[in-house]
Amino acid sequence: MTRELHTFKGGVHPPEHKAESSGRPIHAAPLPRKLVFPLRQHIGNAAKPIVEVGDHVKKGQMIAAAEGAISAAVHASSSGTVTAIEPQPVPHVSGLPDLCIMIETDGRDEWIDHAPLDYRTMAPAELRGKLRDMGLAGLGGAVFPTGVKLDPGATQHCPTLIINGGECEPWITCDDVLMRHRADEILQGVAVMRHLMGSTEILVGIEDNKPEAIAAMRAAAAALDFPVEVVAVPTLYPSGGAKQMTEILTGKQVPSGKRSTDIGLQVFNVGTAYAVARAVHHGEPLISRLVTVTGHVLRPQNFEVLIGTPMQTLISLAGERDGTTGVLMGGPMMGMPVPDLEAPVVKATNCLLVQSRELFPPLPKALPCIRCTRCADACPAELQPQELFRFAKAGDFGRAQEYHLFDCIECGCCSYVCPSHIPLVDFYRYAKSEIWAHEKDKRAADLARERHEFRQFRQDREKKEKAEKLAAKAQAARAQAAQDQVRRAELATEPAPAPAAAAPADPDAKKALIAAALARAQAKKPDAAPKNVDDLPPAQRRQIDEIETRRAKIRELARQPLESEEKNT
Amino acid sequence: MLAAILVMVLIGVVTGLVLGWSAIRFKVEGNPLAEKIDAILPQTQCGQCGFPGCRPYAEAIAKGEADINRCPPGGEEGVKKLADLLGIEPKSLDEAHGTPKPKSVAFIDEQVCIGCTLCIQACPVDAISGAAKQLHTVVASECTGCELCVAPCPVDCISMVPIAEDLPHWKWKHPVIELKRVA
Repeated sequence: MTRELHTFKGGVHPPEHKAESSGRPIHAAPLPRKLVFPLRQHIGNAAKPIVEVGDHVKKGQMIAAAEGAISAAVHASSSGTVTAIEPQPVPHVSGLPDLCIMIETDGRDEWIDHAPLDYRTMAPAELRGKLRDMGLAGLGGAVFPTGVKLDPGATQHCPTLIINGGECEPWITCDDVLMRHRADEILQGVAVMRHLMGSTEILVGIEDNKPEAIAAMRAAAAALDFPVEVVAVPTLYPSGGAKQMTEILTGKQVPSGKRSTDIGLQVFNVGTAYAVARAVHHGEPLISRLVTVTGHVLRPQNFEVLIGTPMQTLISLAGERDGTTGVLMGGPMMGMPVPDLEAPVVKATNCLLVQSRELFPPLPKALPCIRCTRCADACPAELQPQELFRFAKAGDFGRAQEYHLFDCIECGCCSYVCPSHIPLVDFYRYAKSEIWAHEKDKRAADLARERHEFRQFRQDREKKEKAEKLAAKAQAARAQAAQDQVRRAELATEPAPAPAAAAPADPDAKKALIAAALARAQAKKPDAAPKNVDDLPPAQRRQIDEIETRRAKIRELARQPLESEEKNT
Repeated sequence: MLAAILVMVLIGVVTGLVLGWSAIRFKVEGNPLAEKIDAILPQTQCGQCGFPGCRPYAEAIAKGEADINRCPPGGEEGVKKLADLLGIEPKSLDEAHGTPKPKSVAFIDEQVCIGCTLCIQACPVDAISGAAKQLHTVVASECTGCELCVAPCPVDCISMVPIAEDLPHWKWKHPVIELKRVA
């Protein structure tokens, strides 16, 4: 295998610390009493709960459904009872709680009915929908919903599929041990991905500090009926970044603001390929993953962990030691501090790195930037970190964007080499989040403007319609009046009813008219006598008479109190 | 001499025709400066500036009839942006038109609402749904927090609730780095 490898600009060589945890076999973490499932475990919209408090759920049952185009479902990782759906601590740097589904396990670990999918006969869209409903998201760190990524688009096709086994970040070994022990299943998942993407070239990139993993993957690839090239790439942080791995293997760069499918390739993490294999060949949704627990613990190792397991449980399993100063989720370069260890393992949790003062001495205090541009030499995204820092610090976000702030992958190389120990990446994260907030505000303002303008338009229209209606009414009234006048004039010419019609001007005549009308009404009363009473059988006639007498009595009774009242007054 | 005058007159007539034609051909509807100012204003439509909405205020600024420091929801940042656009010195907000407040949304206490529709009529962005003698409710995602619905409510059941910081609204803070004292 002699593939010409390319290099990306920059990169650093931090101490690897892989041997601590990579030697031990995968250990299945025991079933915890309590499982916590955050609804926001992936990029995109949070999943929507479909269970209620008190429901009994089985292992693998969907408890929250994907919402919107970019989303993934969440599943119960063991059987038990839903005890609460409420905000709980989640692994997020802010320490803010987020909506979670809490499940108390019953210990039976009872599976829901599940069966393998016959992916070759399924329509691609249907298969992607299934993967989304099985909660698949990228396990390399970005947790982008896999179903969305497995779509090469209507016209594009994706000739190259890159399986990323780089795992360049120090301390983390979960992908390494996964490749060592489960290479066959990873490649089964790759077969499904290849089927969906229509790829002809499949490259597996693994850093050359993992010879066991490379050997295992090569052995497994040799037994396949389609070509898979396992490539050892030089160890250099961050070669495991999707864009860096792409450049090393193909020499292609993904243009700024474009997607990798635009240049005909797609990158997946080995863990994602394994999860796809479990989903398709076993019908199992994403309910567990490998997590490296390492650093300042007694037995650093990799655990197969049910999603939702509290982090503290894992650290206790690995042997907690005195002198722990904090825990990072992820590695030392890109990891984020976990504010609360009651937070659960989520789909993005690849590593729990327990810190101590000896392993991670506190950084010396920062000095001002001296513009030495060592960060620019180290930056793998070919940016100018010192300029970005200057703009972000000054709040000049427009200029930061002009300097391609959003191409920053937050790998931490710049902070690592900075002789002034400036936390550069924190500034880029701050600037990005400010820009996103501004954009959000702008969208809200545009919406408000649109709604306000529509409201004004509607009010004007209503006013106009009302005016038109009134005008029409007035005109109709005028026409009516004119008609009446004409008729009156006609009537006036006829002599006979003239006195009655013309008289009302005189008050006495008016009174006479009213009296006449009353008399007519009185005279009409007998006419209101019951109808359909002729030719009745005697029985019915009798009944009617009875009713009539009753009525007469009631009338009599009704009159009496009136009379008594009259007496009183 | 006469030829020169004729030439000058001719040039004048020709350019005048061209200018007159282009004034008709390339006529711009509305005031482009007002558009730009309107794009900076926060579109709260609260009327604190003394104009019935953001657009009239933008037009007044464009005509030079109103000062740029009358928009509390836009804050000092908004004033600075307007000053940048108009090429004038930024000023501090005019207290007479209110002070900036944390972003809030209106909330209707459903136990108290009598369904009078007064708040619906007051809302500048149609963010309150309901009908006569029916319960009203605020569509929080559309509410600009202008507070115009609070005063008309006869039973005082509308309160302004500040937007709590949760994960979707969380922002990275400006990093505080402790500098080493070198001198």
